[in-house]
Amino acid sequence: MSVTQIARTSPALLVVSPDNWRLAIAVGLLVSAPAVAALPPGTSFWVVGAMVALVAAAFVVNAWRRRYYGGLLVAPAIAVLFVMNIFPLLWSLGLSFFAYQSNLQSIRFVGLYNYTKVLTNEIAAPDNWNALVNTGMFVVLTVSAQMIVGFLLAMMFAKEFPLRRYLLILVLTPMMLSVVAAGVFFTYYYDPTFGILSYVVNSIAGGQFILMSSKAGAVAGIVFADAWMWSPFVMLLVLAGLVSVPKYLYEAAAIDRVSAWRRFWCITFPYIRGLLMLALLFRTIEAFKLADLVILLTKGGNDTMTISYQLIRIANEQNKTSEGAAISYVMLFMVIVLTNLYLYLANRRNRRVET
Amino acid sequence: MTAGVSFRALAGRRGRRGVAEAGWGRTAAAALVSLVYFLPVLFIIFTAIKPQELALSVPPTISPTSLFGLIPDQFVFPPTLENFSSVFSRVMTTGSAPEPTGFDLYFFNSIVIATVSVLLALVLGTLAAYGFSRYPLKGNDTYLFIILTTRMLPAIVVIIPVILMFRAAGLSGSYLGIILLYTAFNLAFTIWMMKSFFDELSSDVEDAARIDGSSETKVFLKICLPQVVAGLAATFVFGLILTWNEFLFALLLTSTDTRTVPVAMNQAVSSGGRGTDWTLLAAIETLFLIPVFLVTFFLQNHLLRGVTFGTVKR
Repeated sequence: MSVTQIARTSPALLVVSPDNWRLAIAVGLLVSAPAVAALPPGTSFWVVGAMVALVAAAFVVNAWRRRYYGGLLVAPAIAVLFVMNIFPLLWSLGLSFFAYQSNLQSIRFVGLYNYTKVLTNEIAAPDNWNALVNTGMFVVLTVSAQMIVGFLLAMMFAKEFPLRRYLLILVLTPMMLSVVAAGVFFTYYYDPTFGILSYVVNSIAGGQFILMSSKAGAVAGIVFADAWMWSPFVMLLVLAGLVSVPKYLYEAAAIDRVSAWRRFWCITFPYIRGLLMLALLFRTIEAFKLADLVILLTKGGNDTMTISYQLIRIANEQNKTSEGAAISYVMLFMVIVLTNLYLYLANRRNRRVET
Repeated sequence: MTAGVSFRALAGRRGRRGVAEAGWGRTAAAALVSLVYFLPVLFIIFTAIKPQELALSVPPTISPTSLFGLIPDQFVFPPTLENFSSVFSRVMTTGSAPEPTGFDLYFFNSIVIATVSVLLALVLGTLAAYGFSRYPLKGNDTYLFIILTTRMLPAIVVIIPVILMFRAAGLSGSYLGIILLYTAFNLAFTIWMMKSFFDELSSDVEDAARIDGSSETKVFLKICLPQVVAGLAATFVFGLILTWNEFLFALLLTSTDTRTVPVAMNQAVSSGGRGTDWTLLAAIETLFLIPVFLVTFFLQNHLLRGVTFGTVKR
């Protein structure tokens, strides 16, 4: 009993013990700061890395001794995410307050100038706003198309029937294509001279059919290609929910003669709600990043510019790194608001069902 | 172990989870929909066995056989396997001997990088998801949301800090660097996906096993993991597909030795200034499709069978 009592309290700051994470942080900071200042970046990176590992090890030992299993299980994933994703994200957040171009050496603090420029500058801002509006349109169109098509496909495959697995893999294949190859082939399908679509329309309706000649056509072409590729993603998630519904619930419903509609809402839907939410969340996030299909199919022509493509132009082709970072943080803000709205609505529904 | 056996017996009485049966009528309907859905892919595969000069023919050639006279001759092309061999070695400059293109190495790289990083993300992500689900931390939802935000920004924003960081650490162009980056890239989805599967499990069985004296490790390995096999399979497939086809990071962070197929495909197809080499692109894409296709096909049973033994939810 006394052993667990001792293990429950953290050691004091200056006690040298493997679970003293406070000391580990202090040592880490004391070693890292001069190392970063004095050593060349190649060496100091590894010194800082070793210190981070030391702190992490102290946390692990601490969590193990005090039975914080949650922290222990989560730590390795968080560590990888921190080094590879969160740290670069914070770095680029920092860059958005500086005037920095990746092809120039100079770097200068400018505060919120980049944000005011991308949002209110008379020359630069209208294009960005326009791209944002287009992105919103693409998000609504592609995500709703994917959710509907994916859901219907899942309902079709929800029952066991002969050859089911062979037919299912056919539907899953579009998702496996590389976006580059799929996009390039869609330019071929939509091509006014050689393409299959134009050939079919021309031979039925006559005349010259060019899908990409109007904004509506160009948007339809991009939405179709994107929905075609990613509906199977929604389908697979919904299907994973559908197969986990216990059979006896349906049997009970059949005995009680529950209508098909009620059976769906009261039995099936609660089981797939979480996965539908996940599909909606991840497809919305991906739709905000829509760029490669637009680059391949229209190059932003016909007013199909999206904010991600605009970002690639500014950050990569014009080398305006910090302006690009500012745009992406404006974008991140919007995605965060939207996803929080989703999660809020989902949780509210959850609570209502449970009470 | 005894706990596992007794619950399996218990589950047998309660009936399995699963799907209802439908007959050949459903097969016919599903076949029609699936084939139409598959057509654009089928066209790419057919382009891979087309003679190069017919790639842009008008009218488009759409089939290697006339299906016993069903398809008019003008739409039929003679099949060839030449495109596949030119993926691995072809004549680079007119008049010289065929040279190896290095695609065997690029395929090897793609397989190693995708497999290792997806498996690593699956292990770390499943552990983390279990932690988030069963031992909630203070501010659990905040952590989860921060993890989700890492997927929200376009890759192009993160790429410059990552390039600088990799250059400083000497990871640029190495397997380790790109594998760790892809692991992080897959973690967000893995954690969210696996957490939603763990959340669905009933805790009755776990609590009963704990009372029977099972350790926490045993509860996780013997009780929880077997119930989320479908989730593991789905997450693996999604992760593999995304990593397999990732282009931007691979373009900027791999060297000639660690280059992956999407990057090499882009270069092979657009080099030479003669416009797109359609048949070559189709051949590379067809070969590149085979591994993920096979993996998905063999994991499909796990994807669709759902949980292995049915415990009652909540």
